[in-house]
Amino acid sequence: MSNSAIAASGLRKAYKDKIVLDGIDLDVEKGTVFSLLGPNGAGKTTTVNVLTTLIKADGGTARVAGHDVATETKAVRAAIGVTGQFAAVDELLTGQENLQLMADLKRLGSGEAKRVVTDLLERFDLTESARKLASTYSGGMRRKLDLAMTLVDRPEIIFLDEPTAGLDPRSRRTMWEIIRQLVAGGVTIFLTTQYLDEADRLADRIAVLDQGHLVAQGTPSELKRQIPGSHVRLRFAGDFEIETAMRLLPDATRDDEDDLILRVPSDGGAKSVRALLNELDAESIEVEEFSVHTPDLDDVFLALTGHASTKENAR
Amino acid sequence: MSTDSTIMLRRNFKHTVRNPVTVFNAILFPIVLLLMFVYVIGGAFDVGVKYVEYVTPGIIILTICYGLSATAVAVNSDMAKGIINRFKVMDISRSAVLNAQVVATVLRSLVAIAAIIGVAFAMGFRPHASFPEWLGAIGLIALVSFATSWITVALGLAAKTAESAGMAAVPLILLPFLSSAIVPAQTMVAGVRQFAEYQPFTPIIETLRGLLTGEPSASKAITAVAWCAGIALVGYLWSLATFTKRA
Repeated sequence: MSNSAIAASGLRKAYKDKIVLDGIDLDVEKGTVFSLLGPNGAGKTTTVNVLTTLIKADGGTARVAGHDVATETKAVRAAIGVTGQFAAVDELLTGQENLQLMADLKRLGSGEAKRVVTDLLERFDLTESARKLASTYSGGMRRKLDLAMTLVDRPEIIFLDEPTAGLDPRSRRTMWEIIRQLVAGGVTIFLTTQYLDEADRLADRIAVLDQGHLVAQGTPSELKRQIPGSHVRLRFAGDFEIETAMRLLPDATRDDEDDLILRVPSDGGAKSVRALLNELDAESIEVEEFSVHTPDLDDVFLALTGHASTKENAR
Repeated sequence: MSTDSTIMLRRNFKHTVRNPVTVFNAILFPIVLLLMFVYVIGGAFDVGVKYVEYVTPGIIILTICYGLSATAVAVNSDMAKGIINRFKVMDISRSAVLNAQVVATVLRSLVAIAAIIGVAFAMGFRPHASFPEWLGAIGLIALVSFATSWITVALGLAAKTAESAGMAAVPLILLPFLSSAIVPAQTMVAGVRQFAEYQPFTPIIETLRGLLTGEPSASKAITAVAWCAGIALVGYLWSLATFTKRA
């Protein structure tokens, strides 16, 4: 187990009679990115809170950086950095003061603190705004400052709880780039996300969390093999058209929710789509609407749990 | 551990400098009260001495209490933001954030009270306190501020929103009015009078008044200090318990 940065077994947590974590087993190898994927309310943040000593589990054990989270909280805290879902910056301090505060709390000497702060501001492209109050920062800048604060004392394990939730696409890409750089520097990352593509891009291993259970674990490609591939959705004007089309396309299936829609397995590439449309055209079947569907978190959930993700859980 | 608290105190100090309205407000409202009671309402009161001499110690205590709602709001909004979780997962003293809030509140009320005493002087307030009595008065003011701050921190932590945190401090602001701060308790109707005589602020204000007029009473001082110690202890324990519970 010496190669594990994070190892948990049988983690359980309930709030009153609501079970949030129901026996979670995890093993994260040092220097890798591990992604916990799941919809809102699946228990992602609770898992992070247990592993980062913010809350105590009701049952099970977890070791982070080789220390027990329940009994060796001090040692665990010294080894980790956490960037939560809500930017944990002090809005009444400037960007620089926020970083300086972290350096003070970590007892860096004044020379080292100055170097680290300047370095981080530069690395996160915040030098120009360093003397502005964090309350004036945009969402993306706050997240960057937040992550920079986490990095002040070079933690060996970093927990990122939905680091890109609510960010615009450009800030998301910046965040991904930063995460990749961290991994290149040998840091272990525990990342939670609602986005399959994010986990896919960044993670070495993914675990899918659903209502407190881990329903799947594996590399991104292992997981994707378990879920249906991309398909083309075709919408027809009426029953006659759709029935003709079904005779023509033996692989097609009717959509569960809308019986005028056909789902046709396809790689979604221009060539195959053109061939498909030509085929329908040759039979003079009118297609009213057309879209290419690539697998997302909903498909993963449907495939792994038999129910949809967010909608079902929200009910 | 104390250094964690001083680092946090520096943070609170910066907050105060960035948001000077809190300090202005903490000074301005008690001054308005002082002016109103001395020049508008107090003329009708017969308290046996010049009214400004009587009411200034009361206004000093009111100043302490009035400043508390800002503390309750600050504590609560700290908890509502992610920053507190960051502090919690760092290897730092758990109570540092709270200690800093309390010390900042005490310092803020001392500044406000210095301003109030200055204004009272200009209005004819002439305390007869000796140097040790002045020290005693300042010590008592700091102690009252310290004790009420801890209760306020607990209220701020227990409140669900910043607004309700501000409201939670209101009883503390009203309590001095139901004491001998403005008029002697003997002049109040039965019921209110008993309440005024037995609530903590009456012995506190009487002790302060005694110190400033050069006629301190040891028995009242003991009651006042005992109340402060009790309030501080309850507030401290309640704060720590709530702080640990709110993950």
